[in-house]
Order: sequence, then C-alpha cells, then structure tokens
Amino acid sequence: MATTSERPVALGNAWTRWFRHGDGLFAAIVALFSVLVVGLVFAVGVVTYLGSAEARAQFGAGFFTGIDWNPIETSIQAVTFGAWPAVRGTLLTSLIAVTLAAPVGIGIGIYLSELCPRSIRQPLSFMVELLAAIPSVIYGLWGVLVLLPFFTDVLANPIADSLGTIIPALAQPVGTGRGIIATGMILALMILPTISAITRDVLAVVPNTQREVMLALGATRWEVIWGAVLPYSRAGIVGGIMLGLGRALGETMAAVMIVGNTARISDSWFQPATTAASQIASELTNATSPLHESALIYLALTLFAITLTLNLAARILVAQLSRGAASSRF
Amino acid sequence: MSLRTGAPPNYARRRIIDRIMRALTVVATATAVVPLVLILGYVLVVGGSGLSVSFFTETYQAPLMGDFTDPTLVDPAVGAPEGGANPDDPYADLDLGALTGATPAEPTDGHGSIDLSQVSSGGGVLHGIVGTLLVTLVGLLLALPVGLLAGVFLAEYDNNWLATATRFCTDVLSGAPSIVIGVVAYILIVQQTRTFSGLAGSIAIALLMVPTITRTTEEILRLVPQTVREAAMGLGAPTWYTTFTVVIPTALTGIVTGVLLAFARGAGETAPLILTVLGNNTLSVNMLAPIAALPLLAYRYTESPFPTEIQLAWSTSFVLVVLVLFINIALRLATRSRLRGR
Amino acid sequence: MSTAVAPVAAHSLTLRQLRPFYGKRLAVHAVDLNLPANQITAIIGPSGCGKSTVLRCLNRMHEAIEGARVEGTVLLDDEDLYQPDLDPTLVRRKVGMVFQQPVVLRTRTIYENVAVGLRLAGVTARSELDATVEGALRAAALWDEVKEKLQMPATALSGGQQQRLSIARTIAVKPAVILFDEPCSALDPIATLKIEELLLELRQTFTIVIVTHNMQQAARISDQTAVFMVDQSGAPTGVLVEFDRTAQIFSQPGDSRTEDYISGRVG
Repeated sequence: MATTSERPVALGNAWTRWFRHGDGLFAAIVALFSVLVVGLVFAVGVVTYLGSAEARAQFGAGFFTGIDWNPIETSIQAVTFGAWPAVRGTLLTSLIAVTLAAPVGIGIGIYLSELCPRSIRQPLSFMVELLAAIPSVIYGLWGVLVLLPFFTDVLANPIADSLGTIIPALAQPVGTGRGIIATGMILALMILPTISAITRDVLAVVPNTQREVMLALGATRWEVIWGAVLPYSRAGIVGGIMLGLGRALGETMAAVMIVGNTARISDSWFQPATTAASQIASELTNATSPLHESALIYLALTLFAITLTLNLAARILVAQLSRGAASSRF
Repeated sequence: MSLRTGAPPNYARRRIIDRIMRALTVVATATAVVPLVLILGYVLVVGGSGLSVSFFTETYQAPLMGDFTDPTLVDPAVGAPEGGANPDDPYADLDLGALTGATPAEPTDGHGSIDLSQVSSGGGVLHGIVGTLLVTLVGLLLALPVGLLAGVFLAEYDNNWLATATRFCTDVLSGAPSIVIGVVAYILIVQQTRTFSGLAGSIAIALLMVPTITRTTEEILRLVPQTVREAAMGLGAPTWYTTFTVVIPTALTGIVTGVLLAFARGAGETAPLILTVLGNNTLSVNMLAPIAALPLLAYRYTESPFPTEIQLAWSTSFVLVVLVLFINIALRLATRSRLRGR
Repeated sequence: MSTAVAPVAAHSLTLRQLRPFYGKRLAVHAVDLNLPANQITAIIGPSGCGKSTVLRCLNRMHEAIEGARVEGTVLLDDEDLYQPDLDPTLVRRKVGMVFQQPVVLRTRTIYENVAVGLRLAGVTARSELDATVEGALRAAALWDEVKEKLQMPATALSGGQQQRLSIARTIAVKPAVILFDEPCSALDPIATLKIEELLLELRQTFTIVIVTHNMQQAARISDQTAVFMVDQSGAPTGVLVEFDRTAQIFSQPGDSRTEDYISGRVG
C-alpha cells in the first residue's frame, strides 16, 4: 500500500496532488468512522452511567439487594427502588434458559457437524439459523397465545400438583402460567441457535486426524465425539454458552410478554415475576418520577456491564480456541 | 480368535451408548426444528388466514360491539363503519383497549353480558407498514456510512490498536441488549426533545445495525483477492481510489447481502421502539412525532382482549415473518448460486 | 520386548477382488493380494494411484469418508472383514493404523494418549494400565525418553516422538495387523531412521503394511512390495501392476511400468 504514493502518476498536476493526498485523507476518514464506532460504545456506557446518577447516589450497591420496588407512595409504603426482584428474575429465567438450551444446543451442533448426512446439513443449519432470524416479538406472541395454554395444562399444573408439593419453587399457584419458568423456556428456544451455531463452528475446526485416531482404535462414533472432538473444542463451546447466556439476560420482548411484569418475589417459579429488561420496557415510558427513571436506567447500565463482561470473556475463549487450532497442525 | 468373539467385554454396552447418544443428538435437532415449524406454521396459517385487502390499506379501527340487528353499524364482513375510530384521539395510541367511537364495547372477561367474540375491529396495519419502513430505512441510512466506512477501515488498515478496539466494540455493540440501546436513544432523544419520535427509533435501530454492517463489510472486503488490489495499484491508483472503484464494486453483492440482513433484523426489533417511537394508531409519516411500527402492533395486539385484535397480531406477525423469511431465503439462494458458479 | 505386548498368533491378510469407491467413482481396479503374517509389505506408487485408499480398506477406515464404500473381500486369516452386520469398530481393534501426520490427542497427557485404547475397552485397573502403557512405550522405543514426564501434555513431544507415541498407542490395544500410512513423510531423516528400525522390530509381533512414497524406504525395510499405478484410460483409477518379493521388484521388475517408476522415469 505504501508503494503507491511513491509511484509517479501520469496525470495532470491537480489530479496528482489529489491522488497523493487522497490516501492520507481516505485513511483519516475511514479511521474517523472507526473511532465513531468505538465512541458509540463509550456513549452507551456514559449515557447510562450519567442517567443513573440519581439512583446510584441514593441506593448505591444496596440497589441490587433491595427487595421493594415501589414507584408510587401509598399509605403503607414509601417510594423506594430495590432491584432484587428484577435481578433474581433475570438470573433465574436466564439460568433456566441456559440449562435447557445448552445440552440441546450442543447436541444440535454435534449432529450438524459430526453425524448428519451431508445432503441435509445445509438445509438443517439454515433452519436452525432461521430461529435466530425470527423477530423476538413473534416468540412472545407465540409464547402467549400458543405455548402458555399448552404449558399450563400439560406441564405446569401437573408438575405443581406432584413435584410442587415437595419443591416450593415448583408449587402452585400456576395461574395463567405467566412467570419465570415459562419465560425461561421461551428464552431457551431463542438462544438455541446461538449455542448450536457456535458449537457447530468450533467442532468444524477440530482437525480430522483427531477423529481418525480414535476411530482407528476401534472407538464408536460417539466415543470419537466424547473422547476427542468435545475435549478439543471445550473452550469454544463454553464461549458459545456464555454468548447464549448474554442473549438470554438481555432479551426483552419474550420476557415482557410472558414473565408477568410483577416486581414481587414469589416462592413459586410459576408465579409472575419480572426481569431487568422487561421492567425497563414496561415502566420507563411512564415513569412516575425522575428517581424512578434513574433506577430503571441503573438497571440498563447493569445489564450493559454484565453483557459486556460476558461477551469479552466468551470472545477470548473462542479466539483462544481458534488460535490453538491454527497452531495445532504440527 | 474371531473378530466377534474377540470383542472387548464392554462392547455391547458401548454400542448401546453410541446408539442412544446419537439418537439424542437427533432428538436435540428435532427440538429446535419442531418449534420452528410450529411458530412459522402458526404465524403463516393463522396470520395468513386473516389477510385481506383492507389489512394492507386501512389503519387502526377501534373495536366495536357487534350488533347484528343493525347492519349499518357493524357488518362483520366489511368491518366497522367509517368514523368508528377517532383518528384524533390522543390516547388511542397509548391504550388500545380503551374504546373510542360510537358504540363502545367493554371487555368484561365473560362476566358481563358482552361476548368478546362478537366485538369487531376491522381495519388494518397500513400505518404500521409505513412506520416500520420509514423508521428502518432512516435507521439504515444513518448506519450505512458508519458501518461501511468502519468496515473498510478494518479490512484495509489491519493490525493497529484502533482496528482491535473497533472490532471489540462492534462485538460489544452487537452483544448489548437492544433494550439498553433503546434506553440510550430514550435519554438522548426522547428526553431532550420531550417527545417520542420515529427519529429516536431510527437512531436506536441504526445503533443496532452498525455492528452487523461493519463486520459483514470487513469480512466481504477481505474475500476480495489481494491480486485485484495489486492490479489496480500497479497502475498507479492510490488506496482510496482502488477501494472505491475496484474493491467495493467487486464486493458489492456481498455488502448488499449484509445490508439487507441488517435491514431485516432492524425491521423486527421491538424493544427499543417501545421506548422511542411509542406507536400511533393513525397513518403518519412525521418522523418527529410518535409513529406506528409493525412489531409494536404485534406486541400490543397480542395483549388485547378482543379476538379480532389478536387476529390482527397474528396477521402482523405474518407480514414480519414473510419479510424476514423472504430476505433470508432470497439471500441464501443468491449466495449459493454464486458459490456454485465459481 | 516387554511381556505386556506379548507376541500374538501370526495373522495374515488376504485381499480378494477389492474395489474401493468414492460415490460412484471406482478408485482402484480390483485388487488381489496375499499379505503374509509377520512380514512387512510395502505399497508404493505415484500419487493418486490409490495406495492409501487400499490401505484404509484394510481396517474399514475407507468407509469413514462420507460416500465412500467398498466391494470385495478382505480376509483376516479366514474371516471376512466385510461380512454383513460386522461392526467396523471390531475390525479396527484388530487392524490398527498409524497416520501420515503424527497425531496426539491434544487434550490428553502422554500416558493417556497411550492408554486411550484400553480405556475404550473398559480397562480401569491401574496396574494393568501402567503395565500396558509401559510395555507399549518400550516397544515403540519411547519409554526412556518419556518415563519421567508421563503426565505432561503429549503436545510437548517432538514430531518424531509424537509418531512413536502414535505407534505405542496403536500397539497398546494388541492388534493383529498394523497399517502405516506414510508414517515418515512429516519427519526428518533421523526420526525416520528410528521409525524404520522400530518397524523391523515390530515385525516379529505384528503383520505390517506400510504405504510409502519413499522407494528407498520400501527397499530397506519391506519383505514384499506391491506397486500401484494410475490407469489413465478413462477416469484416473488406481491399478495394482505388480506384487512380488521386494528384492525381486527392485532388481528385476516384471512390469515395465514398475521399472519406469523405480528408475524415476515416471511419478
């Protein structure tokens, strides 16, 4: 690239200057837009940080352990904002989602990369990726109108009537079914493509020699996968799960439509609850006071910080793996 | 020693485990494919069945009590009479359950005397289609120069701290929850201008599109063979000239693909719109005021007590899904035939 | 040689009308070969002649490639490896394979790289594992170099050591036959020499088949040699042109194509 400016350009004088200086200008312009991208991320951090100043000053770190969220003053309750119901709801729904989606997603990745006939690999991959392309509001709609009635009748009530008598988290009342478990299930569906696509991709970079060695020792197909392929790509799979977790933590529409939007802590996970994202979505536009607004922005700042950390960790894991794969040829 | 009798003692167990685990991966794949088929099936069948010309040409009409003794008031076939909705009602966009018009129907959950299934609300989502196109297109226009040029920077000026930082930031931005982006647009635009607006929504959508466009542009430009660049530079063309006249045109199909995908994703974004464009029941093209959007309509109608509005939610989802499917499948076919041609 | 890898009964391989395919395409014209027990048979020929393909048919690794299949018969002693309903994993247990690239299982220690075949077979007794690992490493002439660092990652070994580790891993499961697919092509001359010495040693215990592009190597270590060529009439297909005692092949080849190849005029 550097050689071009040294080369004499057989054009008019003005053009020559244009060409010569063009490169510096060009580099400056595209670099400027890169700086802009970096600036956007900083802006997100700064804006949410400043916007949450009032809530941070008032509640500090105790915000996350406060169990009361009262935007409106009543005769028995003063205005206060505690994020624990939202934090708990976010964590529980995301953990349920990851617990359900991780084994299934890894299974899909294994099937797509190791076991399925080549002729259906492309169409199947595409179908799984389509799951990621469907707008989240449609998951919410389908969850409310189709899954919830089915979930209440076939899963929630029978479980609550049997297991629920022993385990408080699974106890009645199920009610409409809106709550932490139903949300976790929809979120699981939504993060499946993330986990399965990353698993498929990291399995694809495992050198074929690793598989052949196991095969030649008389290993079954599963033993090849379990004994050589999965250990080799463990870091990448963990990275994929973390990215899926990040997506579940911040997913808004499915949560706001299904979790019930109730900032209360119930023993039963079948009961309506709230998540950070759904609380922001359902309350910010009609916040009752600047403090209420600030508390919701504090939640947004927290979400941003958590997903940033998760993304960072996941990228490092996946990147480490691809470096390892590149250097493993000999 | 024969092959079969020489099998390891645990052979039968291993064979069974192998079969079970392989079957489980098939089950896992079905676990993803079945809901996909169910979701798409429901949206296409239920949503598709509610489509009509008026769905695409009319805007919101408030639910009306179906009184079949008076066909001039409500004819289920043609929907509510003109003027049933009050387009100037400032609260209509805030509370779709609130009823306007001549014959209000009270949603009473079956406890009262009113049968909800008798409540008709014709109308369509023209305002949503227009709003979504406007908000997403303006968002795309805002995101395009930033994503494109940042992508050019990443592809052409590799290996410096700014490139590393930019790549990291695109990852962070694409991993950030869309609601957080919505909050930022809310603080910066809605709070400052003291009004919800289509523009605020466009800015939020643009923020979500930038990382997609940047990374696709980078990846596609990297696929352009170095020899193409060298050929142009060998003639004395500087980097900027080569990039605009040779590299980008070569990669144009790929870049357009990425941009269209970003558009499809942006059009389906809902959460940031709740905080920015708010929604509107009438046809509006004013980007400085609240505006309707398809995903918002799907969201709000889903919560409606009226079966006719729930039908509208399905049909709205139909439009969204067809848009997303169309772009994704068209791009898949286009890129595949291009690969095959090579 | 340690008792852990005690000599097993001698086993021969017989190929009858063996025809490997990739999809519809025939890769090698029908092959008939008798590979005597406890001898080294070399398979040589120019690239594309299908010598590795034939080798991979001998432990049913060929069919691990999608679309690949085999017609014909391979007898281990008098038992058909391709008999219906026979699980290929049982075949591979009896016919081991060492690959072109030294391959270590990257996430495992040196010890576990050797023990992996035993663990598959369900061996958990520490004493048995220890004894077999040591025996296999001794037989692969690697014991003295690694006995102090058995718990280190196998990736820490050099290329030549990794290839001997691959051999140790293969003989630890006590196969009847070991297939070598150009085992020295990624190694330097000194490491190659070590492997060749090792092969001559292993011949006492195992029947050995080695694919090599190195004619000197075939001449140095093999007892008999099979020469494959590419049949260019129609789609390129491998063909067995000659099979004889190695001394005979290299002194008085019976086929002019062999002579051209050995003298360096083709290939």
